[in-house]
This record gives sequence, structure tokens and C-alpha cells, in this order.
Amino acid sequence: MAKATTAKRTTRKAANAAPKRNGKAVSYDFDFMGYRRENGRVGVRNHVIILPVDDISNAACEAVGNNIKGTLAIPHSYGRLQFGADLELHFRTLIGTGANPNVAAVIVIGIEPGWTKVITDGIAATGKPVTGFSIEQNGDLKTIMDASRTAKEYVHWATELQREPCSVDDLWVSTKCGESDTTTGLGSCPTVGNMYDKLVPRGIYGVFGETSEITGAEHICEARAASKAVGKKFMKTFQAYQDEVIEPHKTSDLSDSQPTKGNIEGGLSTIEEKALGNLEKIGRECRYIDVLEPAETPAKGAGLYYMDTSSAAAECVTLMAAGGYAIHTFPTGQGNVVGNPIVPVIKITANPRTVRTMPEHVDVDVSGILRREMTLDDAGDALIDMIRRTANGRNTAAEALGHREFVMTKLYRSA
Amino acid sequence: MAKTKAKPAKTKAEQSSHGPASQTTIPHFLVHDREDNVGVVVIEGLEAGTAMLGVITADNSDLNVAANHDIPIGHKVALTDFKKGDTVMKYGVDIGKIIKAAKKGDHIHTHNLKTKRW
Repeated sequence: MAKATTAKRTTRKAANAAPKRNGKAVSYDFDFMGYRRENGRVGVRNHVIILPVDDISNAACEAVGNNIKGTLAIPHSYGRLQFGADLELHFRTLIGTGANPNVAAVIVIGIEPGWTKVITDGIAATGKPVTGFSIEQNGDLKTIMDASRTAKEYVHWATELQREPCSVDDLWVSTKCGESDTTTGLGSCPTVGNMYDKLVPRGIYGVFGETSEITGAEHICEARAASKAVGKKFMKTFQAYQDEVIEPHKTSDLSDSQPTKGNIEGGLSTIEEKALGNLEKIGRECRYIDVLEPAETPAKGAGLYYMDTSSAAAECVTLMAAGGYAIHTFPTGQGNVVGNPIVPVIKITANPRTVRTMPEHVDVDVSGILRREMTLDDAGDALIDMIRRTANGRNTAAEALGHREFVMTKLYRSA
Repeated sequence: MAKTKAKPAKTKAEQSSHGPASQTTIPHFLVHDREDNVGVVVIEGLEAGTAMLGVITADNSDLNVAANHDIPIGHKVALTDFKKGDTVMKYGVDIGKIIKAAKKGDHIHTHNLKTKRW
């Protein structure tokens, strides 16, 4: 049944030939002004970040961030006594964050030189300026002074960089939804899907994930892979999550957390209903071409990817940013307010109550879909226009409101 | 996700006529797919007794159902009578089973609908 449904649903064409809205042609082959980095990737922001290797280096990083205006410290909770796959993910996330093209230059501070060098060398592979500092045998104060001097030089250098013309196929756009309700499945998620149907053929990189929230629609997701092998890879990832995370840790069933209390308030009754709305984000035409580990950088060229992530908003956006994605599209129903320190998060909602009660969090209002005043095509075009403006420098609601949630995913407890 | 073909209690097509939706009338509820047997209320403050206009987004056809309850925005309304064990269809797909009988026009949520998974 799942297969037949998918086939039927995918016959609906996204109108992407010579599109017109209100009689005005909308170009999906747009240019924008971005920062082209040393490795050829294009950023839409120009951050100088102060990145701690571990929890106990947060204080030094925040002190440097306070000393040198125009830098951004990114504190987090982990990085000590991790091992195995969990440590690899920690390194991959920090290196990926520093390597993200929205970052111009990086100061890395860790308690000791060994792991500090792992992170510093990983970021240096992009060719961007990065220097590591370690606290042992220096103390916080000397480390802060030395790192502040280098950070100041980085700020002088980064602020002279100029935006230059870039094209749509330089964009990497991720998606994950949050505080979903039935309006996300009707409006904001299919708006993102419509955008992917229009821009993936233009050469952008896309990514979706949320392994737990695919539950109930996993066979539909499997059928959306570009090949049987990729679909199998997805099912292997999905099954590993069921076996390694859900089965050992569940108490009764997941009815109390999937759907969440907020989802239920919004009208979602079952995990299947939530998953089907979630999958609307990948549109009708797109096929994902590979399945990524958390925070893994895609390596199979332009196209849509699946990333194995948590469905918690900040964790997921952090992992996708570490994978190299430069803009995030975030459909919400009841009003999730998440942001990210280095990636602009564009909020889309179709829920008129959320537009009325939380307008300061909404970048793209598609509630007209519910009133039949706006078609999905119009909504997709409105999102594409907001992506273009955001790429050119418009700050999102989350950026203006100071949302900088940076949350590391931890696979198991430390040694 | 059930692998076998799920039987909806009654498809929407069997119980109301369709016509092109008026572009100027704001619907009270939307239905994703013609096979669905529930719709989603899309206006705030919907009261019991309202003669509701619904639109099936797949083909823009419309239908009418009277609301039996006050139904909050985003919550589902039954488009048919359900008995215990019936499958609820949304997006043209099985989203769970009815655990307490419900009438056409009733509010459908966690009190009478549950996943088949657990």
C-alpha cells in the first residue's frame, strides 16, 4: 500500500517550467551575493567563531568572545572522556562547524593540546584561517590573552572580505520541522517540498533527517530513495535506531513523546500522521541520493540527502550545519523558536494562530494555503524568495532574536 | 505502517458529492486526499453545529459536513461513521485505528484514534 500511495502522490507535477506568480516571472536560477571560501564552498554569513573542544574550555572561549567584538563563542556541554563512535561524532561535529562556509575563521580552545590539534587540523583542511590554543600549562588568563590577539587579527581580516556574485547551485539548504501540528503537513512542510522540487534540479544540495519522526512512514521514505541500494541503506539506519535506541530504552510505548504534547495540542494523534506530514518536506519529485551519518559531509554531488539525526530541533540543525549546510528551512506549526549560531534558520508556518500569537518568529507566512488564498506553488516561490534574500544577508527572525542553540548529539555516556 | 491494504471504514467519495471549490469561500476544513476519511479543521473557534465547507486539496473538490463538537484548529473531523477497529486514512495512508466508535462530524483525536504500532 505504501508503494502504491507513493507512486500516485509523485505523479503530481511541481510546476517548475517558466513559473509566474501574480503575472511576474519567478526565477529559480537566481544569483546572490555570498562569501566564496578557500575551498570553493559559498557562505551566506561571515562569522569568526571561538570554538571550545570541551566543556571546561567554554569560560575561556566566552572571555575571548567578550574581548573581541565581531567574534562569536559557541559553548557546548561535552568533549571529555568520550570514546569510540561517540568521540568520532564529537570531532566530526566540531570540525564540520568550523569548516562550514558561513565561518570565515576559527579560534579553537581546548584543555589539552592533543584533541585541540585534531579539531584545528580538521578545520585547516578547508584552507581557512584557524589557530588552536590549549589551557594546560598556560592557565585561562594567558590563553585568553593569546587567543584574543589572534581573534582580533581574524576580525580585521574577515571584515574586509567582500561578498561576490554566486549562483543558486552554490547553495546548500537543509530542512527539519518542529512543534509540528496538522498545519505543517497541510502547509509549511509541503512548502519546503515544493522548494526542493524546484531548486534541487537547479543544482542545490538538500538534506532531511529526523530518524525517529520517520517512524510510521519508513516504507514511504524507503521508496523515495534514488536507488534500491540507497533505500536499503536508509532502512538499515532506521532499523538500527529502532534496535539500539528505542527497544532498549522505551518504557511502555512512545505514545507520550511521539507525538509530543505540543503535537497533540496541535491535533496530531498518531506517530504515522506526524511522519507523513514530516515527509511532505521532500516534495513530490525529489529522490535522495545517499544516507549520511550524523554531521557527515555529503560526497556524491548536488542533490537531496538523508542524514541520520535526532528529531530534537537544535541537535538536528547543529548536525546539518556541521555537514556543511549554509541555510536551514524550518517549518513549524505550534511555533518552535530554534536558531543556530552559524546558520540562518528560516521559519515557515501555515498556522494562523501561530502567525497571530508569535509573529516575531515567522519569516514566511503561508497560512494563506489553509484559506485557499495561496497555492502551494505560491508558497514555494515565497520561500525561495526568502532563501535568496537570506543568502544575500537578510537576518532571519531567529538571528534577530538572538537564537544560537548549538547542541552536540551524544551517542552514549562518557567513560 | 501496516503492509497489508488497509480498509477505510467508508471512503469520502461514497458519502458526498463533489464540485469545484469556490476560490472566494474560506473552507472550515481541508482533506489531503480523496481516500481520506478525516479532515483537518483550519479555522479558529469552530463550534458544534456549524455546517462546514471542506476542500479536498488533491483535486480542489468540496464537501459539506456538520460539526458535532467544538473542534480546535488543526484537529481532525470524521467524514464518515466509524466503529471500533476501523482504519483512519489521511494523506491516502493508514494513520491508525479507531478505539472508540465515532459519528460523521465528530472530533477525532487521541481519545478515539491510536497508532496500530504499539
